Amino acid sequence: MGWALLCAALLLILVPFAWILIASFKHPIDILSGTWSFKPTLDNYTDVVFSRRSDFMAAVRNSLLVAVASTSIVLVIGTLAAYSLHRFAWARWVSVGFLGWTLAFHLIPVLTLVGPWYLAFKSIGLYDTKFALVLIHVSINLPMTVWLMMSFFRDIPPEIEQAALVDGCHPLAAFWRVMLPLVVPGLIAAGVLAFVFSWNEFSVALNLVSQTNATVPVVVAKFAQDYEIQHGQMAAASMLATLPALALMVFGQRFIIQGLTMGSVK
Amino acid sequence: MTTPAARRRGIVEALNRSFRHWGLLPAVVLFALLTGYPIVNLLRMAVSTIEFRDGRESWTFTPGRNWELLLADSALSPVVRNTLVFVLVAVTLEMLIGLALALAIGAMERGKSLARALMILPILVPPVAIGSMFKLMFNHDFGFFNQILGWIGIAPVSWLGSPSLALLSVILVDVWHWVPFIFLILFAAVEGLPREVLEAAQVDGATRSQQLWRVTLPLLVPAIVVALVFRAVLAFKTFDEVFLLTGGGPGTSSELLSLHLYKVFFEQNQLGYGALLSVFTIAGVLALLVIARWVTRRWATR
Repeated sequence: MGWALLCAALLLILVPFAWILIASFKHPIDILSGTWSFKPTLDNYTDVVFSRRSDFMAAVRNSLLVAVASTSIVLVIGTLAAYSLHRFAWARWVSVGFLGWTLAFHLIPVLTLVGPWYLAFKSIGLYDTKFALVLIHVSINLPMTVWLMMSFFRDIPPEIEQAALVDGCHPLAAFWRVMLPLVVPGLIAAGVLAFVFSWNEFSVALNLVSQTNATVPVVVAKFAQDYEIQHGQMAAASMLATLPALALMVFGQRFIIQGLTMGSVK
Repeated sequence: MTTPAARRRGIVEALNRSFRHWGLLPAVVLFALLTGYPIVNLLRMAVSTIEFRDGRESWTFTPGRNWELLLADSALSPVVRNTLVFVLVAVTLEMLIGLALALAIGAMERGKSLARALMILPILVPPVAIGSMFKLMFNHDFGFFNQILGWIGIAPVSWLGSPSLALLSVILVDVWHWVPFIFLILFAAVEGLPREVLEAAQVDGATRSQQLWRVTLPLLVPAIVVALVFRAVLAFKTFDEVFLLTGGGPGTSSELLSLHLYKVFFEQNQLGYGALLSVFTIAGVLALLVIARWVTRRWATR
């Protein structure tokens, strides 16, 4: 019973990927006829990656830059904020206010704020820049990073830090030399998730940057939106856009599961 | 005269004394600028008409106009209805399937890590890629679903093109996307169940269904509530997949709240009216949060 259910679930997850993967190697004519016996081709991939009318590689560069920058920034300020909230006795209105605010922001639809962001970035000349995207991705990932890092700090026995302080470490050194090394798994979990969410983010990138600064999801969407839909390229682009997620699933699995389920169970 | 070493010590000391403040400050400042200020601005936008002439924006104070647009917006009631149907149906299905999977796989001896590993895949894949993949699979002429129907002798169905099916197809994709998330949360809870209690029930001769309904499920309730509340609120944010799959169509038959906000803001260029809708949306989410908190609290003290 359990095995049957497990196999069915895994099949349901894998079949769409398999079907799209197969389609991505088909000539347009084979896609349209729906045949299963066909001569595989790499045309769709070469067209997505190399053709002059495709912006895919530029988008990969933009996405990498935005994701790496926003992930680094959010890890630094998110971890500092989490440590400050965890370690020091803040007044309740500060800690509850800040954490409640991040929770509320995490839950409201992003599209309610894209309008004001558009106006604000336009008025200070940052509209259509990667910097604007980085800033917004940092704030989108900040709530997750702060809660995750707080729960990792909470898991450290307080005696460890007290021992460091008694031994003459000043607070900064206790944080840097003792506490930070202990939460490396948390940093990896938060970093991986922040990177993936930034790489995947669509609704802000769609509206705040134009073609030159477009990210991967925007370009993938364009393949599906064009008047003359190119099915093969659509399949190939979807597969390529999924690669980072796939790589992280294989290498960062343990940390991701910890990150996704943490806090919700405690 | 201060030596460089003394000055350095002074800086370190100052940093130490104010560690708690400068630790929290960057996050607060960033958040105030990027979320606080825009929300305040939304309130101003909601009572204004904003137009662009020769690339310059001009604001006029027209408090009544956006309300008139709201009342005249014929898409609004289908959008609200679609969104409620979408959240209710999709989240119910996700909870039921996710819970069943978590219980069944939790009871297995082996295969757990394989299940967990593959279940994170849909959560990490770009939602845009999911939308694009399913758009191909839903294709009327060569898509996967109509191929399957063809094998068992059923005529092809217009999954995304017919008003009665479009929303259902979008729900199907959302269920595929988010069952794994519910599964991961509930599976972690199942793994964390106290063994002694389950064994005690077994020793005392409880039947399997008694064990499930009287022991396992009551112990899982906190995790179930957390998963349910989170998923339900986040389901209101759904945008990417529906944008790609149907664009809200045909007509408004699959248009969801976030997509409608996008259309008002960026297709109709109604920044004022869009802001008014946004204010209502945010107020609604905050109200839901307060209610959820109140309910879980009352229920915890009972």
